[in-house]
Amino acid sequence: MATKPTPRVRVPATAKPGELIEIKTLISHEMESGQRKDSAGKIVPRKIINKFTAAFNGKTVFEADWNPAISANPYQSFFYKASESGEFTFTWKDDDGSDYTATNKLTVA
Amino acid sequence: MNFKQVEPTRREALTLAAVAGLAAFLAPKMLLADEAAVAAEIKKLYGDKKMESGKIKLDVPEIAENGLVVPINIDVESPMTDSDYVKAVHVFADGNPLPGVVSYRFTPACGKASASTRMRLAQTQNIVCIAEMSNGNLHMAKSNVKVTIGGCGG
Repeated sequence: MATKPTPRVRVPATAKPGELIEIKTLISHEMESGQRKDSAGKIVPRKIINKFTAAFNGKTVFEADWNPAISANPYQSFFYKASESGEFTFTWKDDDGSDYTATNKLTVA
Repeated sequence: MNFKQVEPTRREALTLAAVAGLAAFLAPKMLLADEAAVAAEIKKLYGDKKMESGKIKLDVPEIAENGLVVPINIDVESPMTDSDYVKAVHVFADGNPLPGVVSYRFTPACGKASASTRMRLAQTQNIVCIAEMSNGNLHMAKSNVKVTIGGCGG
């Protein structure tokens, strides 16, 4: 995939205090497992996103360590208990060292 | 001597031998993890600690038509308070080239120890899920997934 991975995140814009919200994330990435062979019989080197982190107002809330067994264009959903207004920061770490980030505001009222 | 009784046994034995030979011939060339590899991974993380059952709802399809994209949903029963929450969840597959699938770290701020993703499965195999509670207790759940088309691409 030549295009840069684009993250897509779905977070409700507002929530009531104490409300349980579901956060759904998706990022376009081939997640090359390092198990596949190309037409010349050579192993295609591994290149996956190995870590996904979700932080709220700078504090880590949820982390996932992904292995090559995670499908291409990885999807991840999890929950968060809303308590105060703030901003989510989602970070995806690639094997090649690059980071992809997305931010989403949440208003608690 | 009653041949009628002997013959089917012999036929069965021959069929079995033929099937075994064929299976060995068709066996994938890549090295696949097995139950021992999964057990070794778990031992690396938690040693020989006792595993309890229950508390984990491991939701995977019984039959996955496409091994490239198999949905998995994990739900661990917990109040998710500062004193009692789910610390980590690890998922392993015993028939993939590598046993690890995913590891999650939850915090009380999650409110619910639940996560969904999609995984690749090379063949029909068992999915093992381990949840580590904040008090150190471990829970385990296992589920078999039948895979029609493997998702290894090799």
